[in-house]
Amino acid sequence: MAYFKVEKLVKYFGGLAAVNGVSFEVQKGEIFGIIGPNGCGKTTTFNMISGVFPPTSGKVIYQGKEIQGMKSHKICHLGVGRTFQVVKPLGRMSVLDNVTAAAFSRVNTIREAREVAEKTIDFCGLAPVADVLAKALPIAGRKRLEITRAMATRPDLLLLDETAAGLNPTELLEAIELIRKIRGNGTTVIIIEHIMHLIMTLSDRIHAINFGQSVAEGTPKEVAANPQVIEAYLGKDYA
Amino acid sequence: MGILLQTIVAGLLKGGLYALIGIGMTLIMGVMGIINLAHGQMMMVAMYIAYVLNTMGVDPYFSLLVAMPTLFLLGVLIQKYLLNPLIKVDTILPENQVLMTVGIGMVLTEVIRFIFKSDYKYVTTSYSSATFFLGGISFNVPLTIAFFIALAFTAAMFWFLIKTDLGRSIRATAQDKDAATLMGINTGRITVVTMGLGAALVAAAGCLLAPVYYIFPDLGGPFTAKAFVITILGGLGSTVGAILGGITLGMAESLGATYLGMEYEDIVGLAIFVAVLLFLPGGFKRLTKV
Amino acid sequence: MKKTPVAAIVAVAALALLPLVLADNYFLHLLILFLIWVIIGSSWNIMAGYTGQVSFGHAAFFGTGAYTAGLFVMHGGFSAWWGMAFGGVAAMLLGLPFGAICFPLRGAYFALASLALNLILMHLATIAERFTGGMQGIMIMPTFVSKVPYYYITLGMAVATLVVVQSIIRSKWGYYFVSIREDQDAAESLGIDTNRYKNVSLAVSAFFTGTAGALYMNYMGFIDPHVVFSLHDYSVMAILVAIVGGVGTIYGPAVGAFIMVGLQELFRSGFFGLFKYLGDRTGSETFTQAMEVVQHAHVLVFGILVVVVILFLPNGIVGDWGKIRKSVFRSKPAA
Repeated sequence: MAYFKVEKLVKYFGGLAAVNGVSFEVQKGEIFGIIGPNGCGKTTTFNMISGVFPPTSGKVIYQGKEIQGMKSHKICHLGVGRTFQVVKPLGRMSVLDNVTAAAFSRVNTIREAREVAEKTIDFCGLAPVADVLAKALPIAGRKRLEITRAMATRPDLLLLDETAAGLNPTELLEAIELIRKIRGNGTTVIIIEHIMHLIMTLSDRIHAINFGQSVAEGTPKEVAANPQVIEAYLGKDYA
Repeated sequence: MGILLQTIVAGLLKGGLYALIGIGMTLIMGVMGIINLAHGQMMMVAMYIAYVLNTMGVDPYFSLLVAMPTLFLLGVLIQKYLLNPLIKVDTILPENQVLMTVGIGMVLTEVIRFIFKSDYKYVTTSYSSATFFLGGISFNVPLTIAFFIALAFTAAMFWFLIKTDLGRSIRATAQDKDAATLMGINTGRITVVTMGLGAALVAAAGCLLAPVYYIFPDLGGPFTAKAFVITILGGLGSTVGAILGGITLGMAESLGATYLGMEYEDIVGLAIFVAVLLFLPGGFKRLTKV
Repeated sequence: MKKTPVAAIVAVAALALLPLVLADNYFLHLLILFLIWVIIGSSWNIMAGYTGQVSFGHAAFFGTGAYTAGLFVMHGGFSAWWGMAFGGVAAMLLGLPFGAICFPLRGAYFALASLALNLILMHLATIAERFTGGMQGIMIMPTFVSKVPYYYITLGMAVATLVVVQSIIRSKWGYYFVSIREDQDAAESLGIDTNRYKNVSLAVSAFFTGTAGALYMNYMGFIDPHVVFSLHDYSVMAILVAIVGGVGTIYGPAVGAFIMVGLQELFRSGFFGLFKYLGDRTGSETFTQAMEVVQHAHVLVFGILVVVVILFLPNGIVGDWGKIRKSVFRSKPAA
């Protein structure tokens, strides 16, 4: 039995198919990359997995349980955390309060929540800005806050939606290190990314989507060598 | 049967006016994304303009020519100096602009009360209570005239929204403000024009209503309530919906008044509001897609 | 989130001792009104200021509480004090199905629906004459002749409300409320059942507002639909109290209540009788007329206040304290 699996996911918006038959399986402990050109349905797929909206058809199976159509907060409690491509900081709360709010998904008292939050903040390297208001963070900080907050819900499976977009080279290296650390902790990671360097270095396996459909899957090397993928996704630089 | 038909006619005539009120509100809703809770109060101001002109011997239908530009200007000033500045203000409450319209509504009501006191005023015309009969059904003359003028304004509004550049810009802004800005539309100016238009339309409704309604400072509130029932009924931001909503409310009120009793006239609208929330969230827009 | 400031404890102690030195009925009356507004303002604030769900019809809950107390007397001749036990519960029972319907619809729906709820109840209370007394309202005999017992009861309730609000805000619920206000999608992704916690917030808010309504019935001895379901006097005033003081702050509504009740009285009484005094002394008509103008202007002033506060002090006196200090006292705001 696969640890996590999506089967023939389909999502229509009005008459338009944003996702039209995406299927893949993820093994426990893996870093699984999803690539594809803009508007191919990657974020829509994430939104269906994390319950932002239900799929038109298809299944999402997590640890043997069908979770498609469940509410976001339930899915979070099952152990699936996510970040948003367009970051959604709780602006007028400090970084610590943002993470504390997330920690309450596993504990009930403020003392425990604070403790979990502080540990998570240390783990993710946000300690120097713990008391800063979330809206005052620069973009790299906000992206990292997304990850930290998701980690505070103690996910078993973490969905990262373009957490490296907009980062400079140093910040990128830090992000790669953090994601490795998170996996090292036993968390399975599914990652959507445009930055090829990051996804090629990190992922154990990569899944390619085009026009809402699965087209290729394999190790980074295999996917990078796939002529269809080269043409459609990687562009001339990689051809 | 006669009574039913009579009731429907009365409701339809009233519905035409309500549609005019609703279109202004729904335009504002569509473009600015806010409910204008001073809408009825703006109408009330227009009715007082009609009243003052009437005391000087001007027919209420001619007072349209004064009330509409005046209210257009009032709308423009409100949007420019009171509502648009709020977009930049950093605050916790998302409904800041709606709250502002509540304040504006209070100020308009009280300023009018200050000048004219609280007592009822009437715009008396020779035809205020004139009626004519058509197939055994009585038609109130001023309401019938009002209905057709309202129809004309509605048609003109549609022509404006569909055929003119400014109209298209307004519709574009209503659909997607950011995209409209990227297309080079000055959305700040569009919001100002829209508020002006909304105010002018409701001013027209006010002048048309003046000969058949008593005028007092507090009538704004109930009409604001009617306007938002119409808007919710039609689906927030839908112009076609607002017309259907206006006519539905007019009919429902007059049916309610005839068959349940006068005291139920006001509650019918609210009951419809609740029913729409429960059974058709999104209003007629969901059905018509316009 | 900080500890209870010393100022708040001192203020409560001072208020508790006040009737011992100052037993003037007029002042006690004003203080009771102020304390009732502390309760209503804080209740509105927990839902709008903390959870971001703005209600334009809080009079619905206030009136429900008041009528619960009144109906205990009218039907069955119980004491109106039973309303204190059940008024809040009745308001909560009104709020829960209402929230269940409106909260899943995002956007302006909730605000508008609350306004409609307010109007519907006002009409119903007027129409159902047999049950509510209609426009005649409900009149009861007050329990106490002196204002002092009412004062202490209201003070106790106001303090209780503030303590409960404060402890909620510093708990898991508080974090959840603010998260919902800041970003619903993010809140959902963090495991927060946003609809459920919006309802929790509404229930708390409705409960305290309803209890305040029941207290009002007991204290004033008279209610009618247009008094307790009044859009301007309660729904808008509740918003004003919270905004003027500071939305989303614990003590903001208390500060706002003090200012708003003070202002209301200032105008209602013609600058605390100043004009009447001057009029009597000089025998001049002008002052009597000026007094009438001032008395009628209080709603106008409220309207202008809404406009000015939203434009210039959107976070209220407590929320914008740094800004105020900077411009008024020319000192640096506390970081």
